[in-house]
Amino acid sequence: MEKIDASFFPAEREAELDVVGTSVQRADARGHVTGRTQFYEDVSFPGMLHLKMVRSTRHHALISNLDVAPAMQVPGVVRVLTHKDVPNNWYTILKLIGVEPDDEPVLPEDRVLFMGEQICAVLAETPQAALEGARRVVVDYEDLPAVFDVEEAMTSTPFKKQGTNYFVYEGHNCRRIRFGDVDKAFAEADHIIEHRYESSPIEHAPTETSGCIAKPEGNGRVTVYSNTQALYFTLDNMALILGVPFNKLRLVGGTVGGGFGGKVDVMVEPIAALGAMLTNRPVKYAYSRAEEMQVSSPRAAERIYIKDGVMKDGRIVARKVTLYVDAGAYCRHSTYGTTKAAAHMPGPYTIPNVHVDAYCVYTNRTPSSAMRGFGVTIGDFALESQMDQVARFLGMDPMQLRLINAYRDGDMKAHRKKVEGAALVEVIQAAAKQTGHSLPPQFASMSSLKQEAGHGQA
Amino acid sequence: MKHAVVSLTVNGAERQMLVAPGTTLLDALRENQGLTGTRRGCEQGACGSCTVLLDGRTVMSCMVPVETIDEARVDTIEGLTPPQGLHPIQEAFLEGFATQCGFCTSGMIMATAGLLAKNPDPTREDAVRAISGNVCRCTGYEAIIDAVLDAARRVSAAGSARAA
Ligand code: FES
Ligand code: FES
Repeated sequence: MEKIDASFFPAEREAELDVVGTSVQRADARGHVTGRTQFYEDVSFPGMLHLKMVRSTRHHALISNLDVAPAMQVPGVVRVLTHKDVPNNWYTILKLIGVEPDDEPVLPEDRVLFMGEQICAVLAETPQAALEGARRVVVDYEDLPAVFDVEEAMTSTPFKKQGTNYFVYEGHNCRRIRFGDVDKAFAEADHIIEHRYESSPIEHAPTETSGCIAKPEGNGRVTVYSNTQALYFTLDNMALILGVPFNKLRLVGGTVGGGFGGKVDVMVEPIAALGAMLTNRPVKYAYSRAEEMQVSSPRAAERIYIKDGVMKDGRIVARKVTLYVDAGAYCRHSTYGTTKAAAHMPGPYTIPNVHVDAYCVYTNRTPSSAMRGFGVTIGDFALESQMDQVARFLGMDPMQLRLINAYRDGDMKAHRKKVEGAALVEVIQAAAKQTGHSLPPQFASMSSLKQEAGHGQA
Repeated sequence: MKHAVVSLTVNGAERQMLVAPGTTLLDALRENQGLTGTRRGCEQGACGSCTVLLDGRTVMSCMVPVETIDEARVDTIEGLTPPQGLHPIQEAFLEGFATQCGFCTSGMIMATAGLLAKNPDPTREDAVRAISGNVCRCTGYEAIIDAVLDAARRVSAAGSARAA
């Protein structure tokens, strides 16, 4: 294993880093190789019920009739839960950090906003009986127009309870960054280079599907064994939804069979706990593989327009970004992801004029949410693709173009924060060296520490 | 529908179990025998997390109706682990950092056990083929393939040490 290269910025190093570059075994690896690691599903309790969801077969529709009586005829079916059973049916996951409004029902009341949305929950003695019960529930729909494109959704009839098909950020229809004067800079630039970048939703596909087991205890509490990545978020959201004090709930977790952000939403626990409270029996709610693929939140699809004003010498003098995050039907973590996307613009470059509009848009697609670096990863794909496009247009070496524009310590970022601890120049130089890409001396000797004349803010 | 009595030799011990029609070997192991080291990832033969050895052959236990294998021998990850320390395959996975979340690991190790039982000296291609039905979403497979090959070396070294 290679040791960390400590030769960079020696004056800024206080401690000797001696763990990076050595092998340190995972604390849980022995449990993994012996099969003894306990995942949530490895506990089971006498009398445990199984929960299966009835799911929407429409993208957007009114529920004109919901008849659960036929499910109750199936031997082994114990109860069906609908929105009427949920104490506080409307929530939004990030309300814990002040996000409003509550835009998602635990179980929908009169309409479904995406295909696969959960409608009602069948509890039965066996998974087979629960499935059969779910199959027999009658749902009649009246289809409504569905929208699947972010830009169309911005102008089409609002289908959300809150009256807009986008998240409202402090009175604005998008997250905004305004820095310098892009229009003036575009007028003065030698070239305008504009491209559109787009990504599809990406499913995490964890090897273990999402699930939990909720168990009523003798002391009146409910213990929930879960594979959530966000125990406390889940606990607090559950308490709000169920209308119980936080100390009535105990969450047991910590071992996740692959998460990647796909297990931070609060989907299975509230309804399983509700079932446990109403039947006074343990309830297991595990996604099938098909459910995991269809309804667990993917990474959001994004569409990003980047317009650059560029000088002949490679300096980018203005960057305008219009970015759409497809939140799908409900907000979940997308409002936060969109803010991250805005905060990540205009990339690690010092550009004196920046204009960013980042929209968190609702469509009738599967709600998207967290996934490794969400809000940033697709933005980086767009930004770095754009840098390559600019280099190609100018006939310039793409590494040199990045070195010219890279931010240095002391530069002012578009968010009006001074750059500190920059190392982009050094990283590019090291990458060039390792790939045998030779840089002219003035590029090879650049540093993140000193301001080059004529670079960055005047 | 009537339950059936099925007899299996599980990790060397004779077990009888009463199972509902359609019960899979995976459910019989997990629910009936409490052997939860065999994991459930898809219940449709797509992920390999539930891999065990059936009469020495690698199978996905979610695809085997347990009534159809009466009198068979089944070996799981629990049976592979020796009373002291680890099996050489487990050592190879541990030391080779071939496990992250661990959910695929039981299946990967049992697939390796199945491979080495019939091919003690596999090529890299053999190793890749042996785990081609096993999905890992964490590691990117390279460390696992290396661990399979390392396991082959460790198992044959242990074998020749015993023979000497
Ligand atoms: S659980 Fe058997 S192959 Fe996935
Ligand atoms: S280690 Fe997580 S799926 Fe393989």
